[in-house]
Amino acid sequence: MLDIIARFFGKDSTGSKDVARERLRLVLIHDRSLVSPELINALKEDLIQVIQQYMDIDVESLLVNLENEDDSVALVANIPIKGLKRAVNI
Amino acid sequence: MNSRVFVITSGKGGVGKTTTTANLGTALAMMNKRAVLVDTDIGLRNLDVVMGLENRIVFDIVDVVNGNCKLKQALIKDKRFDGLCLLPAAQTKDKTAVTPHQMKNLTNELRQDFEFILVDCPAGIEQGFKNAIAGADAAIVVATPEVSSVRDADRIVGLLEAAGLRETKLIVNRIRAKMVKKGDMMDISDILDILSIDLLGVVPEDECIVISTNRGEPAVLGNISRAGEAYRRIARRIMGEEVPMYSLQESSNIMARFKRMLTLAR
Repeated sequence: MLDIIARFFGKDSTGSKDVARERLRLVLIHDRSLVSPELINALKEDLIQVIQQYMDIDVESLLVNLENEDDSVALVANIPIKGLKRAVNI
Repeated sequence: MNSRVFVITSGKGGVGKTTTTANLGTALAMMNKRAVLVDTDIGLRNLDVVMGLENRIVFDIVDVVNGNCKLKQALIKDKRFDGLCLLPAAQTKDKTAVTPHQMKNLTNELRQDFEFILVDCPAGIEQGFKNAIAGADAAIVVATPEVSSVRDADRIVGLLEAAGLRETKLIVNRIRAKMVKKGDMMDISDILDILSIDLLGVVPEDECIVISTNRGEPAVLGNISRAGEAYRRIARRIMGEEVPMYSLQESSNIMARFKRMLTLAR
């Protein structure tokens, strides 16, 4: 109710343009990174193959994603480990 | 002749590419420049009706590239100005009827006769877009202050860069001063921040555009249209003049301007 009154008097502090700007910023990070879901999947498959040589991992719940924090984009992988293989002395 | 080829593009449809092409071309001709408008929206031509030249089409761009007629035969002379011509798109073919190579040859031929060649690009990023940018020296990206339009403009800017087009400038079209003031529409600076390209001009939302399109008379021809005034300024900027940006205050205080005019008249 207060919100409606505030709107009526034009005192709505956050206009919808801030929402627009923020949504654009986020969507453009994805657009510009040119990373397609296919590419992420291929990367995921390769990661699994490499890591499985060293560790026993939970392939089902493995997550690979591009995430943006502030002004940077990071590749974030969450790989649950079921168990470590016995160390081999080289 | 020292000529420049501009492609007017946007990615998204309906943001004002054709209106911009028609008004900039007419404004340049009003300043005694030789300008040709090329409609590359094959299958969905509209530049002819916006210019009011639809009844005079005999040949089109596809006839020219296929050698069915000479370039001069397909060019429609605008009777309002000596140096203004239109090369219409074909309406019955599709975008594949022309290749980028043919477009490059065509613009080069037009360079011999015109100082300004304005290529109206179709919406989208497919063949039609590739054709339209093939012979261009510079690009004018048109965007409205909306999320969808700015997003598409960003994609276009990337594609133009990848195609090696160095000079890309932005026109923000259909901006509404009142909504910007209320914080309900992105401002010029917001859009420039996001796209990080140079600003060529700002055009306010203006009902006169609908009326001028109804009549087939570009808004720059009259004195009452605010959008027309904005386009005239952009045309002068294209010619290398330094012209102040159309400020939103000017458009929002139309009543104040009117009052001022009345006091001056008294």
